[in-house]
Amino acid sequence: MSTKQAMLKVSDLKKHFPQKSGILQRTKNVVRAVDGISFEINEEETFSLVGESGCGKSTTGRSILRLHEPTSGEILYNGTDIMNYSKREFRNLRRDLQMIFQDPYSSLNPRMTVRNLLLEPLLTHNICSKKEAEQRIIDIAEKVGLSKEQINRHPHEFSGGQRQRISIARALILNPKVVILDEAVSALDVSIQAQILNLLIELQQELKLTYLFISHDLNVVRHVSDRVGVMYLGQMMETAKTDELYSDPLHPYTKSLLSAIPSNHPSEKKERIILQGDVPDPSNPPSGCPFRLRCPKAHERCAIEKPVYQEVKENHWVACHLYDQSNLDITNESDYNFGEATKVLK
Amino acid sequence: MKQFLKRLRQDKVGLIGSIGVLLVIIVGFLAPVIAPYSPEQMFTEHTMEGPSGQFIFGTDEFGRDIFSRIVYGTQVSLKVGLIAVGVGATGGLIFGLLAGYFQGKTDQVIMRIMDVFFAFPDILLALTIVAVLGPSVTNTMIAIGIVFTPVFTRVVRGTVISVKENEYITNAVAIGVSPVKIISKHITPNIMAPFIVQITLGLSGAILTEAALSFLGLGVQPPDPSWGVMLNSSRAYMEFAPWTILFPAGAIVFTIFCFNLLGDSLRDILDPKLK
Repeated sequence: MSTKQAMLKVSDLKKHFPQKSGILQRTKNVVRAVDGISFEINEEETFSLVGESGCGKSTTGRSILRLHEPTSGEILYNGTDIMNYSKREFRNLRRDLQMIFQDPYSSLNPRMTVRNLLLEPLLTHNICSKKEAEQRIIDIAEKVGLSKEQINRHPHEFSGGQRQRISIARALILNPKVVILDEAVSALDVSIQAQILNLLIELQQELKLTYLFISHDLNVVRHVSDRVGVMYLGQMMETAKTDELYSDPLHPYTKSLLSAIPSNHPSEKKERIILQGDVPDPSNPPSGCPFRLRCPKAHERCAIEKPVYQEVKENHWVACHLYDQSNLDITNESDYNFGEATKVLK
Repeated sequence: MKQFLKRLRQDKVGLIGSIGVLLVIIVGFLAPVIAPYSPEQMFTEHTMEGPSGQFIFGTDEFGRDIFSRIVYGTQVSLKVGLIAVGVGATGGLIFGLLAGYFQGKTDQVIMRIMDVFFAFPDILLALTIVAVLGPSVTNTMIAIGIVFTPVFTRVVRGTVISVKENEYITNAVAIGVSPVKIISKHITPNIMAPFIVQITLGLSGAILTEAALSFLGLGVQPPDPSWGVMLNSSRAYMEFAPWTILFPAGAIVFTIFCFNLLGDSLRDILDPKLK
């Protein structure tokens, strides 16, 4: 994509969960939570992953951090392959790769004070002496908007937004390079969401952070990200710059997803694309394109051949036969009888 | 902690239980002060006497003061109970943490071994172990400890598995905290509530098992005062000297009852779902 070396490059990442049953623990079937996705994140950029629940966005984030062991694929951090790192090597690397979790109520140990929660990362990575640590804790607490006095309290004495500030402080005290935000504001009230998002943006500029932002909230994603990737059933459907994706979505799934954003004004009429059916079972995905069963524009080829994820415009990647370069003649939609093709497939 | 004591005070059953337990512990510690005579002193001219001003619980077949023997027996019961539960709880904590945290094969191996122990009735297993090791107080404690290990292992393992699901554990992994630290700093403090309840209930079970083993002649050996030993020796005279058996049995019932009351009420108080 860009000539500059990517901070984090994920290629063909797969995470399959085998479902075992019976006394012999035989593998019955495999849930393909993440099924070969690729993307890059440049330095100091915010890349967002969006999609419905269950599409594998969180699994992707967790696989990158090896909170789930990925099944296969390649993850390059700063040009080095970190997939084959041993557990110990990876533990040292965690200093650079941090994560902020969705639920601020369960992601902080209820028996530790804020001071201990913030001290733990420093001690784990042997970063500084206890004296310096105290100063760093106060600094980071101030940065995220907590006062000195609050450091001695326990998490249950704080509100959701404040707890999320503690989580942010805990992740950032290590001076990481990349932060994965897994639905970091989804559990908060809308007004608090805005505060936390603005805090995250400020901190990104100040500390030169690279964000992988995982969310299902399209408005939030638009507000924070430089580029957006749309996932469906464990696969990447479309990736583009934020403005371009929101103004000119190409993939039928992205179009329907964006049409679901409520309009800003009640009198404003929007065309809604309402999808039929449910997300298919990831342990038994449809042949060809994963989206074809619900796609209003599905045709015969979609059932037979899996669309290639390719760059159709500059920095705009799509996995859809409609935009297949070798097959440009059918991108003119009116030439093609989609209605009949859909019927045939059903 | 303050809140905990307040809740305990509000819970009448728990209050009765804790007062009873406290009483038993005080009696145990102050046995030499409370008991009017030595437990082994024989008043040969006063054998088999009923309760009187001189011997408030009466005397046994050798003329020993039953009250003094019960008071000293408290010491034995508490000692055996605490040490046996200590052994069982420590073993259970270690195995339970390992099984619950690592799961998979470690879990399978540990839990199947525990299942084997579970398959035997408590008293039978304890009897077998004491029979192998030889009857003595120390071996009784070891045997009861081994018998109790599987119960503690199960309680700890189950709680560890549920605590492990919390996101703060994943968070600690993401920070880079080592497994040893995760177990000691994040998991262990959060499994303490059910563990403490199990210890309280385990204490009453251990005291009862000790009495049973001593009754069968495989635990504490006469002439040492133990409630089980007293039951055994007075078995033959219970028809015409019921006090020889009533008072030791009463002591056992009272102690077990108080520990169980306390355990039940602790379970209610420490249950996080009720908070």
